[in-house]
Amino acid sequence: MMLAKVWKWIDDRSGFTDVVMPMLEHVVPRDARWWYVFGSATLCAFVIQVITGIALAMVYVPGGDVAYQSLMYITKDATLGFIVRGMHYYGATAMVSLAVIHMTQVFLHASYKYPREMNWMSGVVLLFVVLGMAFTGQLLRWDANGVWSVMVAAEMAGRVPAIGPYISHFILGGETVGGSTLSRFFAIHVFILPGLIFAGIGLHLWLILRHGISEMPKPDQPVDPPTYKEAYEKRLKKTGVPFWPDAMWRDVVFSAIMVGIILACSILIGPPALGSSPDPANIHTNPMPDWYFWWYFAILSMLPPELETYVILGMPVVGLLVMLLLPLFSNRGHRAPSKRPWAVGGVVFGFTAFIVLTIYGYQKPWSPDFDVKPLTPEIIASDDPSVIKGAQLVETKGCLYCHNIDGHGGFRGPVLSSIGDRLNRGELVIRINNGGYNMPSFAASLTAEELSDIVDFLQTRVSHPKKDEPLPEEI
Amino acid sequence: MCDAAEHSCQPPQDNRRGFFARVSIVLSGVIGVLITLPGVGFVLAPVFARSPRVWRRLGKVSDFELGKTVSVQFEDSSPKAWAGVTALTGAWLRRVSEDQFIAFSINCRHLGCPVNWIEDAALFMCPCHGGVYYADGEVAAGPPPEPLARYAVRVRDGFVEIETSPVPLTTNRV
Repeated sequence: MMLAKVWKWIDDRSGFTDVVMPMLEHVVPRDARWWYVFGSATLCAFVIQVITGIALAMVYVPGGDVAYQSLMYITKDATLGFIVRGMHYYGATAMVSLAVIHMTQVFLHASYKYPREMNWMSGVVLLFVVLGMAFTGQLLRWDANGVWSVMVAAEMAGRVPAIGPYISHFILGGETVGGSTLSRFFAIHVFILPGLIFAGIGLHLWLILRHGISEMPKPDQPVDPPTYKEAYEKRLKKTGVPFWPDAMWRDVVFSAIMVGIILACSILIGPPALGSSPDPANIHTNPMPDWYFWWYFAILSMLPPELETYVILGMPVVGLLVMLLLPLFSNRGHRAPSKRPWAVGGVVFGFTAFIVLTIYGYQKPWSPDFDVKPLTPEIIASDDPSVIKGAQLVETKGCLYCHNIDGHGGFRGPVLSSIGDRLNRGELVIRINNGGYNMPSFAASLTAEELSDIVDFLQTRVSHPKKDEPLPEEI
Repeated sequence: MCDAAEHSCQPPQDNRRGFFARVSIVLSGVIGVLITLPGVGFVLAPVFARSPRVWRRLGKVSDFELGKTVSVQFEDSSPKAWAGVTALTGAWLRRVSEDQFIAFSINCRHLGCPVNWIEDAALFMCPCHGGVYYADGEVAAGPPPEPLARYAVRVRDGFVEIETSPVPLTTNRV
């Protein structure tokens, strides 16, 4: 009795029933079903990020000297720290993935067309801000990987004509990485970008209320701006359902599954391991972005150097502009994927490229592999002392960092498992001495005897059909 | 009597309203500028600050073997108390003669990753995108557009000293 009275007072003074309920119960098309759960799940992932992020910020120290130690403490000692950090990481993964999936769905259904152009545009801005969160968040780990990622970002920015060095020094907070660097990224990660996300989500949600949720695309219902709104309202009046609870229950179920997966990952797999400490003495580090940027990492590595600057600087800008302006150039006509083969093809192409480049970015075949396994006697398969000596030299002189022999070694250069079939002694000597395309010359760092031993060894590398093991796949 | 179409004879109240609206908009702009500028200046100041260059001791000359290339670290010219290890910069130092040293920046000229010195191959190799440099810092393979940067090194009173300098950026001149 008392409670009901209290609620009545709150409801009357706050206007919940008068203002908020009509928003929750706004009429939506009944046919969307499971297609439309990705946007709300992205929002739910953001809520996870805010809550776990605030919790982490209570302990994390954004100072160059102890940030790493405070994260070590959070991960290893603090009660539930392991899980909270894990949730923040998998929440980030979920947010980036779901934002992209949500956007792909909207694109495939052409929901960005009239009158929802601004819904799409605000979403594009949100996506870029979310990627900014992912990048700055990775840096805040402040392990060697994080510090070197700042360096790479500063170097990329330095390529901007004329003002490049100023942007770099802004990123670093000075002329080198130092005391001012981490606190900048902390402020960007916890104040500036989240502020933009809150504002962006506010606009994004308001626009949903203003223009209504789009219907599932139908081939016989192309968008015609002068008549669209009236026809939409009419159809909605006939077949629409209130968002709460007729449509929303699916969002809630999907988000619940997502939260379950994130929690399970945090408990079972845990947060990403911290790399080595950010000590610059630690030069044997191997800077690598988090997985969402591997595709970009791969592109930068495989480009011809003369195009590089244009792609590093141009791709994000062109990407943003193309996506942002898309609904202004295409705001009418068909929405059904069956009538928009180019859009479907574009999505298929984009995802294929993303997956292929991500695998490449992970394997890094363009990088020397510093952790090569030494060649075994079975692989060397010879009693000739000079061949054995040559096999050792191939290892110690770094040949294996880039060349692979029977599964041992990197993939920067050609596989040498059967090089003896392809090049004769003279050709091998010339190639090693002079180097070649993307291969250094070793003339200065090998004695005549060493060279001879290496060539002796390489000449024994011929295709050996009697071997049981299959040859390693060439990449 | 006033004619509605005639602009000049609005009732005095409308003039008052227009004036208040303009004053409010202009004043809001002034407030915005006043509360933003100091913060913006504060954040941008490091961009224009030039740190002094100072010489840092790396060790006794006799500690370095002739012909060997070793990893060394030195402190920035004006380290912040809370910078911790990030106030340090690494370099590759090679003793080339009795009193001559070369110091290479560890930053790859491609995108700044730390290059590794591979002693037996006599090459600097970058772990990120496959940049390789010869012992003298010239590009041997991969994407780097320029040779490795060098720091100034000198010998004073039996000690090797290195001069601090900004991170070498590969810039594009217009």
